[in-house]
Amino acid sequence: MNASKSPRDFVSKHIAELPKSGIRAFFDLVTQMDDVISLGVGEPDFTTPWTIRESGIYSIERGRTSYTSNLGTPALRKAICEYVSRNYGVDYDSRSQCIVTVGVSEAVDLVIRAITEPGDEIIYSEPCYVSYPAEIKMAHGVPVPVTTIKENRFALDPKDVEAKITPRTKAILINFPCNPTGAVMDRSRLEQLAQIAIKHDLLVLSDEIYSELTYDGEHVSIASLPGMKERTIFLHGFSKAFAMTGWRVGYACGPQNVIDAMMKIHQYAIMCAPTMAQAAALEALKRGGNEMAKMRESYRARRDFFVRKLNEADLPCHLPNGAFYAFCEVSHTGLSEEEFAQRLLKEQHVAIVPGTAFGPGGAGFCRCSYATGMSELAEAAKRIKAFVSSLKN
Amino acid sequence: MKNFVLNALRENARISAAEIAELGNFETSAVEKMIKELEDSHIIRGYTAICDGSVDDGKVKAVIEVKVTPNRDGGFDQVAQRIARYPEVSDLCLISGSFDLLITINGKSLNEVANFVASKLATIDGVQSTSTGFMLKKYKESGRIMEDFEDYERLKVTP
Repeated sequence: MNASKSPRDFVSKHIAELPKSGIRAFFDLVTQMDDVISLGVGEPDFTTPWTIRESGIYSIERGRTSYTSNLGTPALRKAICEYVSRNYGVDYDSRSQCIVTVGVSEAVDLVIRAITEPGDEIIYSEPCYVSYPAEIKMAHGVPVPVTTIKENRFALDPKDVEAKITPRTKAILINFPCNPTGAVMDRSRLEQLAQIAIKHDLLVLSDEIYSELTYDGEHVSIASLPGMKERTIFLHGFSKAFAMTGWRVGYACGPQNVIDAMMKIHQYAIMCAPTMAQAAALEALKRGGNEMAKMRESYRARRDFFVRKLNEADLPCHLPNGAFYAFCEVSHTGLSEEEFAQRLLKEQHVAIVPGTAFGPGGAGFCRCSYATGMSELAEAAKRIKAFVSSLKN
Repeated sequence: MKNFVLNALRENARISAAEIAELGNFETSAVEKMIKELEDSHIIRGYTAICDGSVDDGKVKAVIEVKVTPNRDGGFDQVAQRIARYPEVSDLCLISGSFDLLITINGKSLNEVANFVASKLATIDGVQSTSTGFMLKKYKESGRIMEDFEDYERLKVTP
């Protein structure tokens, strides 16, 4: 035996080839600096409303520390299905068509793994949340991006989707309101997308995690359109609307066969979402509505303020109708989005995220999260303006 | 704009007109004018500081529940207005339930408060009974919790 023999590289090829999240590199840079105003945070700046926190604590006090049903507690699933019916107009059976997951991220991962044969193609809009292409690759699928453009206010053009469909296309993954662009999809675009999904017999995975944070007009779930409930997996959670990111509770609703398949993976990999977090989530649905509405109004005020400031600073930005991100153009400054974000950080100590962290489609743009205190936001706006002015001299 | 200005001042009375203008996309001069109007018309009746419970202002505070016989013409208003004139009374509201008026009193000493209740308050025509509770510790005032929570640092950049 040769004890000094070094072990071979055990990491699988498809994971080794997976790029690290672009956010990560930027995060490392930011943490080395003091006095940074961060607009790089993809989560609410609110603490979870007390009534929700208290319910989580109470659940622990009562000793509810064991596993729950794999699918999640029956009470929570029932409340979720009522909530989805009331707010999204889609009726699901809480016993067989709903699964509670560890954040909506797990739900996205589960459904992709549940439906993907090696080589299956999944179309998704880009710029997008960092996990989508990675999750598709981890399931040995092929990510097929469709770039959304500022001329469409970053809404997905159904024609672009249809152009990418091949015999290997299995599903379309959408996320509106969108992280990082704040874009929403209106009813007519969704109807066109639904027609395409039906025509080509595709599944739609709809991550609606930001749907409560829609500021003007209605949020439409594609699952609610005729013929779509049968071919949509509705993905949602508590993190954004109820400021519960750290609790890690999400869910999926959809046809029983797909939920069953997702349940198998969830059961073997995770067992169940944390019990106390499920208790808190139930309280969020029961009594969190008022606090959620207040938070939404606060985001709206900050959006109106900050987007105006970006435009005044000569960083053109459409008024995003959802989520809490402003996606502003920086290419005309002569800097790439990477250079812009890095120099803004170094020179003015404001952290924003280069658009390319969300895929090549984000080139020329940066994401600014306005889920930050108003006074910090005002200070950041001043610093950004000073930085852009300095580029002109 | 009126409500926007009022909400901004209720959140932070020391915010400047320029800052309010910046937040709401108004002209600073228009905000200044609005604040002046609100003050002149007594819609804004004053500005005070919310102090931590540990600040000793040398005052003894008491909360008094008062039962009142309403007056045929003026209801509770006449009695309430009489009580409100005493400078010792800092807050006074009409309350539904088992008593009528809820009063907060600031006195120099326990004795002074007791005297006020016995010789002034209880003797007012229409006052049936009083129930006095001395304030021992303040936990929350005007939406502010009197406790400093440790700073909890969020991750600076997340997806």
